[in-house]
Amino acid sequence: MVTLRVNGEDRQVDVPPDMPLLWVLRDVIGLTGTKFGCGIAQCGACTVHLDNQPVRSCQLPVSAIGDRAITTIEAIGQTPEGAKVQQAWLAVDVVQCGYCQSGQIMAAAALLARVPNPTDRDIDTAMSGNICRCATYVRIREAIKQAATGQQHGLQVVVDGSAA
Amino acid sequence: MNARRDQGDAFDAGRRNALRAAGSGLAVAFLWTAGMGPAVAQMSPRRQAADAAAAAADGNPAFAPNAFVRVDADGAVRLVMPAVEMGQAIYTGISMMLAEELGVGLDQIRVEHSPPSDALYGQPLLGGGQITGGSTSTRGQWQALREAGAVARETLVAAAAAQWHVDPTSCSVARGVITHVPSGRTLGFGAVAEAAGKLPQPATVTLKQRKDFMLIGKPMRRVDSPDKVNGGTQFGIDAKIPGMKVASVITSPELAGTLGKVDDAKARAIPGVVDVLRLDNAVAVVADNFWLAQRGLDALDIEWKHGVNANLDTETLIAALQESSRNGPALIGRKPKGEAAADGKLIEASYISPMLAHAPMEPLNATVHVTPGKCEIWTGTQVPTRCVAEAARICGIPAEGVVLNAAYLGGGFGRRLETDQVEQAVAFARQVGYPLKVIWSREEDIRHDRVRPLYFDRISATLGADGKPTSWKHRITSGTVLGRWAPGAMGKDGMDSDAIESAADLPYDMDNVLVEWVRHEMPPGLVVGWWRGVGPTHNLFVVESFVDELAHAAGKDPLEYRRSLMKPGSRALGVMNLAAEKIGWGGQPLPARVGRGIAVGSPFGSHVCAIVEAEVTEQGQVRLRKAVVAIDNGITINPSSVQAQMQGGLLFGLGAALYNGITLKNGAIEQSNFHDYRSLRINEVPELEVYSVESDEVPGGIGEVGTAIAAPALTNAIFAATGIRLRRLPVALAQLAASPDALKRVAAVGGEKEDVA
Ligand code: FES
Ligand code: FES
Repeated sequence: MVTLRVNGEDRQVDVPPDMPLLWVLRDVIGLTGTKFGCGIAQCGACTVHLDNQPVRSCQLPVSAIGDRAITTIEAIGQTPEGAKVQQAWLAVDVVQCGYCQSGQIMAAAALLARVPNPTDRDIDTAMSGNICRCATYVRIREAIKQAATGQQHGLQVVVDGSAA
Repeated sequence: MNARRDQGDAFDAGRRNALRAAGSGLAVAFLWTAGMGPAVAQMSPRRQAADAAAAAADGNPAFAPNAFVRVDADGAVRLVMPAVEMGQAIYTGISMMLAEELGVGLDQIRVEHSPPSDALYGQPLLGGGQITGGSTSTRGQWQALREAGAVARETLVAAAAAQWHVDPTSCSVARGVITHVPSGRTLGFGAVAEAAGKLPQPATVTLKQRKDFMLIGKPMRRVDSPDKVNGGTQFGIDAKIPGMKVASVITSPELAGTLGKVDDAKARAIPGVVDVLRLDNAVAVVADNFWLAQRGLDALDIEWKHGVNANLDTETLIAALQESSRNGPALIGRKPKGEAAADGKLIEASYISPMLAHAPMEPLNATVHVTPGKCEIWTGTQVPTRCVAEAARICGIPAEGVVLNAAYLGGGFGRRLETDQVEQAVAFARQVGYPLKVIWSREEDIRHDRVRPLYFDRISATLGADGKPTSWKHRITSGTVLGRWAPGAMGKDGMDSDAIESAADLPYDMDNVLVEWVRHEMPPGLVVGWWRGVGPTHNLFVVESFVDELAHAAGKDPLEYRRSLMKPGSRALGVMNLAAEKIGWGGQPLPARVGRGIAVGSPFGSHVCAIVEAEVTEQGQVRLRKAVVAIDNGITINPSSVQAQMQGGLLFGLGAALYNGITLKNGAIEQSNFHDYRSLRINEVPELEVYSVESDEVPGGIGEVGTAIAAPALTNAIFAATGIRLRRLPVALAQLAASPDALKRVAAVGGEKEDVA
């Protein structure tokens, strides 16, 4: 039995110690927002936070976690950076297929927690581990800047088109 | 992927007409209903026979006037999506077309996946199948869906008017509310839904004028965005079925190889491993979760049996294509109109375009539960009805026994136009009683991709005294995707219209054009498939590279040279001029080893020009500095989606051109994951601007257009930067970083040019 603190809740799971957190989250706990993309730490789709640090859950054995707090995409909106990032993601409408976006948002939220006003270079460094096959990169960059500064970057979408 | 209209004997005339129409939405003229007979299913704005069963399966909503609109008694408006969402924003485009005429806001609707049905959701541009591909969704549904919204609105209004005893024309509709204008009385859709459901449908409806659009033309937020930023979206891989087990599989790495002996003792000894299942060419380990299944798979001792491909490698395959190119037989895709001038400067070249894997971000997967007489499937697919048919065939049950639960697709790029992974999952699942989720690891996904075909092209032109071509000959050699995937859509002469799209229909005003295609049969097991942009993606690379070669031979600027070949006023010329203006072509001199490349074309019913600015370092590394894309896709439904598709499509194409090529050794694909099948990353993305031309023409496709125009803009930029012409992709494999000779030339170029950075 391993006890994991996931999104503020303690979870008891009966899994081998070397089982990667990704599959514990997805197949045991049932939190499927965290995605499997490569399984070899190349794509970042499986990014979650351990004590606010981004980690690749496909390479992280549960035994290595200890009592560090796990945050997944399902709860990132409850952190100030996560909420800002999600809001900016919607304002510039970053997503396409969406499959990589949990990982992108987790990486971006961690970046903003560390560097509140990132440069393009900071963005490159923090985000280059996250592949997006739909190549939403232009808008990812815009959304991170918008989340950081509160100023509009790039095309802003409308939600209610009923007013002429 | 391409399409064509082929009406029996009219085919050749149709093809010629299509060619004549080049530059004005040609791709639409190439749509394939060929050989599919007159009775092709297609979506209708009005109630059809099959609607009754669909509505019943949906619990008989109060108002279900057609296959797309549902209004419940509580006023909830649900829109059923005929196409599938894989990132291209079609759910938003469809919702906008329906909601525009229906009279609701996008914030007031809920979207639903459609059930499998060719009769209700058949794509008229693709022979009537329920298929999402070929950048056809908007083009094929633009009329029908707006009409479907209007039919629904007019029926609801008729019900309200009847209740008030007023003239329906005195009523207006906005945001799901009907207003009797003179009296100011209002009724919500829900209040009249029941009554509307009993009314006859209007025989004709009047669609809005463009100036009256409330939604169409605005940058609307995607309807699927909110769930995609909080992890809530359900992809196929997220299916959770009570009692479900999870399988990891391995298929013979040698294509068309088969399974020999398997020692599974060690795998079965792992706690949590449930079963080891076998097929002729594959084995699956089933466990309580995917990680255990993978561990089980690693613990298997498998003997594979060689098949016909044991000695197959990439270079043998290329040599075989070259042999076919020499010996034909060649089918003619476009005939020259006159005789070429006898003399002139002859320019010849040959090009090689590699096989490509799709690698959608969500690895292929399907969850299947087979019970007596029944097969239930959960998966994301571009071809739901094909999945149903295959499952029925494998289980030996009628199609009615198959239930397909649709999901969002974590990327398609054409890979999910195939049913192979679903077929395999069904074949495994029918061996067990529990629901089985089969996930392909990324390694399986790449090693068993149905790859973009390998192409070999020979192309030549004769230049007259003014440097313009007096003749143009292009022979394409490749396997055929269409010939396997929809053989009935092949031309009567055996022509594959996809193989020649954007080669036969050039944006240039030339008469003596000969375009031929040689069909090369690929070895068994090496199945070629649709890959974002397919034929045009390859043809534009060849054609636009070669036009650049001609400009160089003629001593002309590549932009000016193209202009001199294009008809004044053509839409292709329009996008090219716009892109050139925006990047400031011919303005400031560029730094050393920096060049700009231009490419223009008219794929998928749209017109596009990309200009890429790239730097080649002294080490032969390519750095993308800037890119400008100009697009004319006719009437734009959602400018935000067009921008996003052009950005993503171009970068998808640039990444592939830079890094990707599937190669074979001993009959097996050598690449396996993102470390050796690279994807563009954010730090490699150039400054990127997208510009649209305002247009009143019918909508064109956008999903594949950016990808199709990417490679030649890049290789032309590399030529401009270094003088090195790359005739084989990907760039990384070609003679830049790998060749000391090229590096010497790159260094020399750097010396010659003025560095003004
Ligand atoms: S799945 Fe973990 S990095 Fe790709
Ligand atoms: S949105 Fe599709 S992979 Fe990123």
